[in-house]
Amino acid sequence: MPKHSKVQVEKPKNFKEAIVRLTKELNSFKVFIIIALLLSSFSALLSIVSPNKLKDLTNEITSGITPNVNNIRVLSTEIMNNIDKSDITIAGVKIKYSEQVEFLTLFSKYDKNSDSKKIYNALNKLPKSIKKVIEPKMNIDKIKRISLLILILYVLSSLLNYIQSIIMSNVSSTFSKILRSKISNKINNLPLKYFDSHKNGDIMSRVTNDVDQISHSLNQSLTTLVSSVTLLLGSLIMMFVTNGIMALTAIFSSIIGFIFMALVLSKSQKYFAVKQKELGNLNGNIEEVYSGLNIIKTYNAKEEVSDKFDKYNKRVYDANKKSQFLAGLMQPMMGFVGNLGYVCVCIVGALLVSKNVITFGVIVAFISYVRLFTSPLSQIAQSVNMLQQVAASSERVFEFLDEEELRKESKLKKISKNKFKGNIEFKNVSFKYDGNDKYTIKNFSASIKAGQKVAIVGPTGAGKTTMVNLLMKFYDITDGDITIDGMSIKDLRREDVHSLFTMVLQDTWLFNGSIKDNIAYNKNVSLDKVVEVCKIVGLDHFIRTLPNGYDSLISDNDSVSAGQRQLMTIARGMILDSPFLILDEATSNVDTRTEELVQKAMDKLSSNKTSFIIAHRLSTIKNADLILVMKDGNIIEQGTHKELINKKGFYADLYNSQFDL
Amino acid sequence: MFRLFKCFKLKEYILMLLVTFFVFCEVYLELKMPDYMQQITVLVQSDVTNIKEIILNGTYMLLCAFGSLLFTVIVGYIIAYISSIFSFRTRKRIFDHTLDFGLEEIKKFKASSLITRTTNDVTQIEMFLGMGLILLMKSFMTAIWAILKILNKNMVWSIATLIAVVILLMVIGIITIIVVPKFKLIQKLTDKLNGTVRENLTGIRVVRAFNAEKYQKDKFEAINKDLTKEQLFNQKTFSILQPVMLLVMNGLALVIYFIGAYLIKDASFTMKLPLFADMIVFSSYALQVIISFLMLAFVFIILPRAEVSAKRINEVLNTKISIESGNVIKVKEQGTIEFKNVSFKYPDAEECILNNISFNINKGETVAFIGSTGSGKSTLVNLIPRFYDVTEGEILVDGINVKDYKLEELYNKIGYISQKPVIFDGTISSNVNFGTSKKKITKKDIEEAIKLSEAEEFVLKMDKTYNEHIASSGSNISGGQKQRLSIARALAKKSEIYIFDDSFSALDYKTDSKLRKNLKKYMSDSTILIVAQRIGTIMNADKIIVLDEGKMVGMGTHKELLKTCEVYKQIATSQLSEEEIKNA
Repeated sequence: MPKHSKVQVEKPKNFKEAIVRLTKELNSFKVFIIIALLLSSFSALLSIVSPNKLKDLTNEITSGITPNVNNIRVLSTEIMNNIDKSDITIAGVKIKYSEQVEFLTLFSKYDKNSDSKKIYNALNKLPKSIKKVIEPKMNIDKIKRISLLILILYVLSSLLNYIQSIIMSNVSSTFSKILRSKISNKINNLPLKYFDSHKNGDIMSRVTNDVDQISHSLNQSLTTLVSSVTLLLGSLIMMFVTNGIMALTAIFSSIIGFIFMALVLSKSQKYFAVKQKELGNLNGNIEEVYSGLNIIKTYNAKEEVSDKFDKYNKRVYDANKKSQFLAGLMQPMMGFVGNLGYVCVCIVGALLVSKNVITFGVIVAFISYVRLFTSPLSQIAQSVNMLQQVAASSERVFEFLDEEELRKESKLKKISKNKFKGNIEFKNVSFKYDGNDKYTIKNFSASIKAGQKVAIVGPTGAGKTTMVNLLMKFYDITDGDITIDGMSIKDLRREDVHSLFTMVLQDTWLFNGSIKDNIAYNKNVSLDKVVEVCKIVGLDHFIRTLPNGYDSLISDNDSVSAGQRQLMTIARGMILDSPFLILDEATSNVDTRTEELVQKAMDKLSSNKTSFIIAHRLSTIKNADLILVMKDGNIIEQGTHKELINKKGFYADLYNSQFDL
Repeated sequence: MFRLFKCFKLKEYILMLLVTFFVFCEVYLELKMPDYMQQITVLVQSDVTNIKEIILNGTYMLLCAFGSLLFTVIVGYIIAYISSIFSFRTRKRIFDHTLDFGLEEIKKFKASSLITRTTNDVTQIEMFLGMGLILLMKSFMTAIWAILKILNKNMVWSIATLIAVVILLMVIGIITIIVVPKFKLIQKLTDKLNGTVRENLTGIRVVRAFNAEKYQKDKFEAINKDLTKEQLFNQKTFSILQPVMLLVMNGLALVIYFIGAYLIKDASFTMKLPLFADMIVFSSYALQVIISFLMLAFVFIILPRAEVSAKRINEVLNTKISIESGNVIKVKEQGTIEFKNVSFKYPDAEECILNNISFNINKGETVAFIGSTGSGKSTLVNLIPRFYDVTEGEILVDGINVKDYKLEELYNKIGYISQKPVIFDGTISSNVNFGTSKKKITKKDIEEAIKLSEAEEFVLKMDKTYNEHIASSGSNISGGQKQRLSIARALAKKSEIYIFDDSFSALDYKTDSKLRKNLKKYMSDSTILIVAQRIGTIMNADKIIVLDEGKMVGMGTHKELLKTCEVYKQIATSQLSEEEIKNA
């Protein structure tokens, strides 16, 4: 059996291939996804435009702070030129001569180098009319207009964001539902050999963990990626449009930070991998210890086990500390990069303002741009990381979905089970499990007549269960043929073959559900019928003592013992009224006396039915019509119990060893 | 959760104090920055020529930013240490405590759940410690500080900020109230979905044999549909969060500016400029307040998860161990066992599984236990190494009540082989030479044990023989081989008493009989207890004890019992013919 290696670190073997495949699978959602992506980039665009509008708003407010320099200049010249001491009118305001004198006397005290505060204080003492002329003017109407526009932009951006999010939620949920269904269906369409080489936990993990990962990350990463790229490009363009020098300042100050961050990230990735691996090792160690606790105790091995645990635990601790520290660096680094950008923009901005290259509003806008510019970069890094996880998970899901399925049998004819009498012939059957060099079944031939009770015995690994698997068409025969009433099972539909046999296994498989449902499994039978078979196998009394009788729920750990579970699986088999019977170690969990009771009931039921019995306990099979003794994939002896004992061969040896001292 | 923090030592407490101080510094520096921003703003507006001053303030601000970064890095390092050491020690605590668990406690939790609690749940809390704690401290400090800074700046702006905070908290609150119960439901449905898949996988042969593929599919689809519905609901609810957050944050800045415009317009000449600078600063502080409240809210969303994990861990740690060690170390007698009126009831069970059992076993005797499924054979022998304690009566080993022994001493006397063989990751040798801290097991002992347990045949065939690697749970060897190895482990220990709890079941008759012969020959000094289903395995025992529905219904040799014990006779005849019974 090929061992399945545990890969703790999810790393897609081929990122591109996985994404291409995912895109293909998402094809039916194409329209929705495109709409969502458009919405998200549009929403991002809006959030780029708004800082620009915010700049207008700030400019408008600033113009309400500084006195009307223009009017002051006009006023000064007018007064100077006003030789006839008449009233003058500026910007529609009449200023009396006395007021003009007041203005001149007040300002004669100040020159260019005076403190601005004192000038402002002086302004307060000016006559009303002059004040009116030179007072800072704020265009409130314009401010209202701009504010409203910005508000609309914000609301629109949020709304688009919300709609986009709802669409993507729908897409990802529906997609994951489809994936889950596909996997679940796939399970029942795979040949059994697949399950020989794959762990159940692994398949289960694909249904839940991997699909969850896909839906969760897909939802976030795709839209984040698109909106981040839009934001990044947009803010870059806007920065350059607004002011080239400032734009370069912002980019350079950020880039230094990002280079450093990339260095940290590449390092931390390694430690994350180590951490996951060590955590997996620790988990394995703990699992082993907890499941063998009794042995550890009675062998006084606590110290030994503890030392081993400490070793693993310490390794997790080391990796944990490092990876956590490195991961924690990212956030503050981002913060610093943002601040650095901020200061650079302010200083360069101030320089430019002082040289009258830009207005103060440009600085305000750039403060926003720096934020807009630095946040998408880290988001892009994050969503690429997420996409990598999506790729890893979807690779696992698609790998499973692409497994080769059972051969389609729609061409084969449907045959009713009542038409079969029960002559079965094995003709030179050979069989080899996938990946095995050796044949498990070698040239096996036997002829079984209708109504015979056939026992298959032999040491472990002789191929007994394999024979049954071939008969049930769970596996395809490598060479040779099995015929039922002359018909090759290759020409029969799997479904029909299955319905020919009642099969009871050693594995007491019951599902979470009521006793009645478990026994009537997949059949529409009345409770009376269920009770009837339970009486036959001697379960009825036990079931009635349960609080809810036949409606009692079966779960993994409860008062139903292994033997009772086995009896239930036998009862389940009895409900099926099939022409053939297979008991594969069906009574090994039942004590010999109960077995006898069951056997009698089975005999009654299987009279005239061809039946196959596999058993370790030789007492079970003594009364078989035909005993096939298997060893290493072949029949080495056959006959009745008496014949074989008299032969003094392998069977007799096996049988007698139970009486040895 | 705080009870779990008991694992911290003085060093960690000092570090935590340091962290608090550093976070304080960090927040201080971070909030100092807007002050310099204000300076810069004022300078740019009023005195653009004074570039020197602007650069100076810019440098200060950058120094603050760098200092804050430095503190964050230090804090990050310390917190990484604290949270890692927390999980390191807590895992160890749980592990050590679980090692003392008896079967009763293990059954109560289930092994798989104990594993999750030791790793996954600890990781949950570790994550909270690593992220949440700092976030909590920082956002709390920032919020208070930022509020203090802006509180006396302007009433109207403050009210606007307050309204924004209230809106945010309400939205988060409502979403949490809606979503949390759904989360529990989703977790349950995921469990169910997992269960259905597992059911289908474990029963794949049965499903196929019964042509029940559609039955399973319908079952799966029903749960799948429910799960998708609930998940979608939650995702949609969460979709509201981000847009609202952005809207409130951006909206607040806008509102502050808008209000600012009116305030500036109405202000006197002298007040206009300072007011404008205030506005810029206020909006940045207000943003800080909003962000810190968002972080706080985030902490309170992840807190419940850590809390649930802490509860699960405490459940394990608080479980009282039912099997307490005694203190008897030395005894004179060797190899005797006596049951005195022993009755046993599983915890939570209503009826006794063993009723008033009494018998004596002498040194060197081989005693077998037989009975139907559920008759209590395994339970009976499990009482000797105290996997459970008797409900009534007492069990004496070497004349002393098992409860009085120091556990280690009791275990030293017993070589126990479980029903299901237990194999550990390691080599053949390390699996045979396992534990027994006091006794030294030599290489010769190992080889001898392997030989006696009939394992030599396959061990010598392996590439590295005794040093061959065995995977965890022995997945690279067969069931019969595992059973023989676990027997070898017991034999290497050279105990006074061996307990074989149905440990021959995976062996074929031949190996079974050879093994028993070896035992008889080489272990004649030891007392041997065998639980079995096969008559053949036990026929030659010195004493056979027959159990039926928890009562002892017969004791004697094979021959005696055939005459005196009806139950035994029935078991025998179900396996052997009249003739064989006579011959044996």
